[in-house]
Amino acid sequence: MKWDEFFVTGEPMIYGAMASIVLASLAIVVGLTYFKKWGYLWREWLTTVDHKKIGIMYIIAALLMLFRGGMDGLLMRAQLAIPENGLLDAQHYNEIFTTHGLIMILFMAMPFVIGLMNVVIPLQIGARDVAFPRLNAVSFWLFFAGAMLLNISFVIGGSPDAGWTAYFPLASIELSPTVGNNYYSIALQIAGIGTLLTSVNFLVTILKMRAPGMKLMRMPMFTWSVLITNVIILFAFPVLTVSLALMMFDRMFGAQFFTMANGGMDMLWANLFWVWGHPEVYIVILPAFGIYSEIISTFSRKNLYGYKSMVYSMVIISLLSFLVWAHHFYTMGHGVTVNGFFSISTMAIAVPTGVKIFNWLFTLRKGKIEFTTPMLYSLAFIPIFTIGGVTGVMLAMASADYQYHNTMFLVAHFHYVLIPGTVFAVLAGFYYWFPKLFGFRLNDKQGKRAFWLIAVSFNVTFLPLFFLGLKGMTRRTFTYSAETGFGPLNMLASIGAVGLALGFVYLVYNIYWSFRYAPRDTTGDPWDARTLEWSTPSPVPEYNFALIPKVDGLDPFWNSKKTGQPLTEGEYEEIHMPNNSGQPFILGMIFMAFGFCMVFSWWVPSIVFGIGIVIMLAVRSFERDHGRHISVKEIKETEQRLRGEQS
Amino acid sequence: MLLVVFSALLVLLTGCNSLAVLNPKGPAAKTQSEVIIFSMIVMAIILLVVYVLYIFIITKYRASKAAPDYEPPHEEGNWLLEMVWIVIPIIIVTVLSVVTVRSTSAVENVAAGYENEKPLVIYAASSDWKWHFSYPEEGIETVNYVNIPTHRPIEFRLYSYGAISSLWIPQLGGQKYAMSDMVNTLHLLAEQPGSYVGKNANFSGKGFSQMEFEALAMSPTEYAEWVKEVKDTASDLTEEEFNSLLEMNFAGRKTYKSTHLEFNPPPEGENAGHDHGGSSDSDSSTEMDHSEMDMDHSNMDHSEENATNGN
Amino acid sequence: MKLDNTLPMEYRSEENSNRILGFWLFLGAEIVLFSTLFAVYLTLWTRTGSGPDAKEIFEIGPVLIETFLLLTSSFTCGLAVHSMRLGLKKPSMVFFGITLLLGLGFLGVEIMEFVTYVNEGATLQTSAFLSSLFVLLGTHGLHVLMGLLWGGGLMLQIRREGYTLETSNKSFIFSLYWHFLDVVWIFIFSFVYLKGLM
Repeated sequence: MKWDEFFVTGEPMIYGAMASIVLASLAIVVGLTYFKKWGYLWREWLTTVDHKKIGIMYIIAALLMLFRGGMDGLLMRAQLAIPENGLLDAQHYNEIFTTHGLIMILFMAMPFVIGLMNVVIPLQIGARDVAFPRLNAVSFWLFFAGAMLLNISFVIGGSPDAGWTAYFPLASIELSPTVGNNYYSIALQIAGIGTLLTSVNFLVTILKMRAPGMKLMRMPMFTWSVLITNVIILFAFPVLTVSLALMMFDRMFGAQFFTMANGGMDMLWANLFWVWGHPEVYIVILPAFGIYSEIISTFSRKNLYGYKSMVYSMVIISLLSFLVWAHHFYTMGHGVTVNGFFSISTMAIAVPTGVKIFNWLFTLRKGKIEFTTPMLYSLAFIPIFTIGGVTGVMLAMASADYQYHNTMFLVAHFHYVLIPGTVFAVLAGFYYWFPKLFGFRLNDKQGKRAFWLIAVSFNVTFLPLFFLGLKGMTRRTFTYSAETGFGPLNMLASIGAVGLALGFVYLVYNIYWSFRYAPRDTTGDPWDARTLEWSTPSPVPEYNFALIPKVDGLDPFWNSKKTGQPLTEGEYEEIHMPNNSGQPFILGMIFMAFGFCMVFSWWVPSIVFGIGIVIMLAVRSFERDHGRHISVKEIKETEQRLRGEQS
Repeated sequence: MLLVVFSALLVLLTGCNSLAVLNPKGPAAKTQSEVIIFSMIVMAIILLVVYVLYIFIITKYRASKAAPDYEPPHEEGNWLLEMVWIVIPIIIVTVLSVVTVRSTSAVENVAAGYENEKPLVIYAASSDWKWHFSYPEEGIETVNYVNIPTHRPIEFRLYSYGAISSLWIPQLGGQKYAMSDMVNTLHLLAEQPGSYVGKNANFSGKGFSQMEFEALAMSPTEYAEWVKEVKDTASDLTEEEFNSLLEMNFAGRKTYKSTHLEFNPPPEGENAGHDHGGSSDSDSSTEMDHSEMDMDHSNMDHSEENATNGN
Repeated sequence: MKLDNTLPMEYRSEENSNRILGFWLFLGAEIVLFSTLFAVYLTLWTRTGSGPDAKEIFEIGPVLIETFLLLTSSFTCGLAVHSMRLGLKKPSMVFFGITLLLGLGFLGVEIMEFVTYVNEGATLQTSAFLSSLFVLLGTHGLHVLMGLLWGGGLMLQIRREGYTLETSNKSFIFSLYWHFLDVVWIFIFSFVYLKGLM
């Protein structure tokens, strides 16, 4: 490897990115040193095992990645705005749409969902922590290591350039000789391990640590959605693990899994990828359904309509999600039988999804609907997502898909599913649970302005793409000629993208403004909500519940407010909490170094860091850390302070 | 709803004729366009139902309109209502399933009414970033353009010398993948003479955007004339020439009076990227045999293998 | 800490029973992982390119030795946990020791098998069949290696602390892992070796 290949060169944009990375890192280092915050950062964040702080770190990382992936999206839209545009060259454009997809799905949607999961789940089920707090920190730092690796590829060595699907043989070492797709296999692998560990952690947490009396059918809908999501993760992610490992062996060790000679089979990659990839879509969409259920119920002041059918429909969706993967490549030459089977199983998903839409509508009916910012996102979700849903059914019809496949129609469809589905949901969840974490609400007026800007711009950006698809514009094409007539609609979409970007910038301003000026909430229950997390003071103390609540039905906190029955009884007792630890952070950093050396096939340092990983595991095994206890006195003081009572 | 107005505006803006997919010039594309329009109508009805309910509910039950002491009722759900929105979608999905299977079967075979005609076989191979069209019957080969007679079924046999690509001529019909270790079959037919845009629809690297070609449909007599002209004027495609073509990134239009099929056979039959020297070699090559009648047999074989093993 | 003394020690605290459930779930993921590898192998195993096929390279001798070693180690691992439950530290340690030695033997034979293949010109790079074979066997072998390191570390902890809530929990989880590797091996034996030799 020569140095001029090591750093990506020759593009002003890349130099700009390098300069901004260096400047931002310098600014962070200088800032931390100047304000003497290194110790604070280490003690409170890098070593934390508190699920709420880990959740916040996930969300911050996801927001950063939203802007990174958003920049990619803007660049794509800028390039396509006019015919024959010379802003980007093909290679650069290919890298950008590849990382846009990877980052938005794996390093934005997933961590945002997992972040909310971390923040909310223990609180919703009345638990003081997750089952394995230390493992939770490991999950986060592995995700972080994977995300950083993929991002650094932009300036060091080159990004993956074969699409987020990385179909072989295009992604093979012959056709994609840069290290870009090595980054793909290694960075996703590291992050994927973290996700798998999260799944185990939350499954045990939800199955074993619910408050007394909270039977499965009394769990809040978000908890249900997370439970089902984690089951999907548990069964889908190992397939990704294997696929990425095989990719690594093909690219770095000369194996012949997906090659064009010696018996390799390119179809196998497509199958493996989508056996993971389709469930992955539901991994980011089911928690969104859970979030909407909570918010719609809260702001309609009604219980969730058809609770049981909501649960069953999610279970059915999760099962079907494993039976539809081949609809991503009807055009690979399957016969009518195979395509027919996958068409039907795919369309079948519309039934349970439709059940959910109608249940939400009937939750709203006879309600007392309040249009807060989180509720606006949830209400916008219904009509927009339905478009995504019905176009999904259209795409599911194999014969018609031969005409939609690989076109902008498909691009429009999945953005219509993922943005109102996942992005609106995590934003809604962010506005909704924000006061629980920070003790104040985000400014509602600004939030609504940002919402309208985002929602309207979203449609301006993506609705034209349906028509571009029908006009015959393929996806992933970096340029087109004027004669195609694709120009005007592309320009319209690009204008929408600018609006979308402004909306997100305004959203950040909304957060900044609210941190400085928003009034303090001392009730702990600013929305007059229904589930257990709102019975705690805000911001939530590290032990979550001073006394573990007792549950005797759905919406226990709402019932307690209506009937006046207290949720808890008894006296404070000492609370056992785990100690902070630097090990997860160190392990994550070693993984990052290991991954980086693997990407460049530097074997000796790879082995050294590999041994480092084993040593870290051994250190943890030999460690005896039995945590600490919070005294009754401390609990009393904390509760009084947070509830704004004078002692 | 604003959305509806906006989409109506977009339709007006673009005009239906410029939507290539909905402006078919052959039976496959026609079937597909009918399926698409039918599904759009069904979906529009579903959207309408949801939107009417939605608008009604969120205007009627807003807190600003409700009496201050209004207490929303507790509703567990309603068995009958829930059955309604389970059963009706199931009926819709069933109808759509029937339409899908029928139309898929239609476009996967020689177009109705043309079953008795002998299809014109054209091998279409992609290489980075070109299309090679070989006419074994006529013994000619073109690069980056394909001429076809109208009213005669065309049987494209697709494969690739590199990344997966996808041959797509929107006005004649949907696309299909060209892959390196097997041959896929795509049945198309042009009913009107004309020049149609053809392209690779599947991303295949740096030159992907330039992988367009012209599909020119002409009357059978004009077609025969063209073939004769090629035979008279073009040069042979030597192995050397073909290899140099494969090496080029882009080649422009080329015409030859022989094909590469003889010295560089497509991956079908015994040349399939399948079981070389494996114990089941003999079995699979009979399975892979492409009889005229049963063209997608081998392809189905591949996919079912995946469907069952892909876990 | 609330303890339910009617349960075996490895389940006794809430953390312990959580860890055991967590590990079962992890094994669920491992099953999917190995199923995927098996699916890949069964898809590719006839695609031998210009390299040798299964019949040409498989030899039943070493495979039977590997099978015997691993099955026996699973049995001794069970004995170790049984002794642990009876409160017999020393026999339990001895059985764990035997388990690890047998595992080491298995790994040795497997490495020799790999060396033989490579000497015969059958490497990871030769064909899709061999790539999938090496990756499937290698993943299992790597799991055994991790098990050896894990088990070795565990024995040091047991020697130092005896069977406590923590070490008994870890020992039990280790035994789950070890039995799982045995089950995977039975599938490898049937679907790779027997199928290949038939």
